Amino acid sequence: MAYERKDRKLDEPRKMEARVGIIKRADGSAMFKMGDTIAIAAVHGPRNLYPRFMQNPKKGILRVNYNMISFSVSERARPGPSRRSKEISMVTSNSLLPCLNLHEFPNSVVDVFIEITQANAGTRCAGICAASMALADAGIPMIDLVSAVSVGKVGDKIVVDLDKKEEDYEGGTTDMPVAILPRKGEISLLQMDGNMSGDEIKIALELGKKTCNDIYELQKNALRDKYSGVKK
Amino acid sequence: MGKIIVKDKSIVVPGEVLAEGMDFLPAGGVFREDERIIASQIGTVSINNRLVKLIPLTGPYSPKKGDMVIGEVNNINFGGWSIDIDFSNFAMLPIKDATSSFIERGEDLSRFYNFNDIIVAKISSISKPNLIDLTMKGPGLMKLKGGRLIDITPSKVPRVIGKGGSMISIIKEKTGCKIIVGQNGKVWIKGDGFESEKKAVDAVKMIEELAHTEGLTEKVSEFLGGK
Repeated sequence: MAYERKDRKLDEPRKMEARVGIIKRADGSAMFKMGDTIAIAAVHGPRNLYPRFMQNPKKGILRVNYNMISFSVSERARPGPSRRSKEISMVTSNSLLPCLNLHEFPNSVVDVFIEITQANAGTRCAGICAASMALADAGIPMIDLVSAVSVGKVGDKIVVDLDKKEEDYEGGTTDMPVAILPRKGEISLLQMDGNMSGDEIKIALELGKKTCNDIYELQKNALRDKYSGVKK
Repeated sequence: MGKIIVKDKSIVVPGEVLAEGMDFLPAGGVFREDERIIASQIGTVSINNRLVKLIPLTGPYSPKKGDMVIGEVNNINFGGWSIDIDFSNFAMLPIKDATSSFIERGEDLSRFYNFNDIIVAKISSISKPNLIDLTMKGPGLMKLKGGRLIDITPSKVPRVIGKGGSMISIIKEKTGCKIIVGQNGKVWIKGDGFESEKKAVDAVKMIEELAHTEGLTEKVSEFLGGK
């Protein structure tokens, strides 16, 4: 089925906005907005880890908590952890770990809380972008930031940054969230829901990398703006 | 021959390439990847001949031997006290370094420092990254009574103290408050009344906010003098 994207080009992401230092009481915090999807991330720590059996004397651990606020979707989401939010917490944690250096903080934990205040598809990608900025804001040693975007196939077209309308497209949709460490171009998250051929995946990945590099610039500028005293 | 990619004193973010080539040496806050030197934190770059260093603008407190810190008694153990110094692990204050008075065997240790007491102590040794020993023996080290305790970002402590203590002595002079700045980002302020304490707190908060700007000493003395 031929799909036509009306509001933007196929390889054009939604309007993005990034801000750092929005939560005062957290050690680091950030907001990432992608169209109508808004993610807020707060970092606490490194701090003491209890229960004690979870402590690792060789390096600190990362604990990610992804949560969708009940009013973030059109039909009220039941508050509290769900199967979905637990899985996303896990994949987010795995995608952030390669960029972090936690060897300096043995026996302690870095807590990352991601809250989705408004959801319109691509929440895990927005969450990862926000979380990596918040970690940098907290001053945790990192080798790179992490940028993420979802790519996929809507109908017969390969597109970048799907919104909810496209995810629910009747002609069949494939959604593939990608997170990369932009400096080296390493992939730290790759999931896929749907069908795509090998060639299509390659094209989609290239598209994702290109968009991630744009997001990376945005993230860097947001971080610099906070510390050079630019007020918004 | 390598080259420097960023300007001296510019603000960089993690993952940014600072220099290329093996003739530059990485120091604190940066690391080497292949032939490039890369920042691992948010900070300002400081290039000293061949040494590339990063002065962090944010981040957790990293303890150093000889630092004066302000902490809170978290627990009383057999061998001494464990103190919360805003680090990921508690610091230990052993009995033998805690006080100059004689402690009898089996004496109640809470007589000296009780739970929630605030103390000024010095880091006597750090073994492994997470075992910190404190000492109370030295000038100015004591239990704090009264006053108020505020938190600032640990990386901004040098600005609050100023060159040779210039900044802190201005605040002390103008407000008449007693002020102790711990290297771990805790500032203890005690004055004659609410007004002067509030003034000192505002001044410290202002320094924290404007830490990266120049001519800060004048701004602070203007702020304190005009109020």
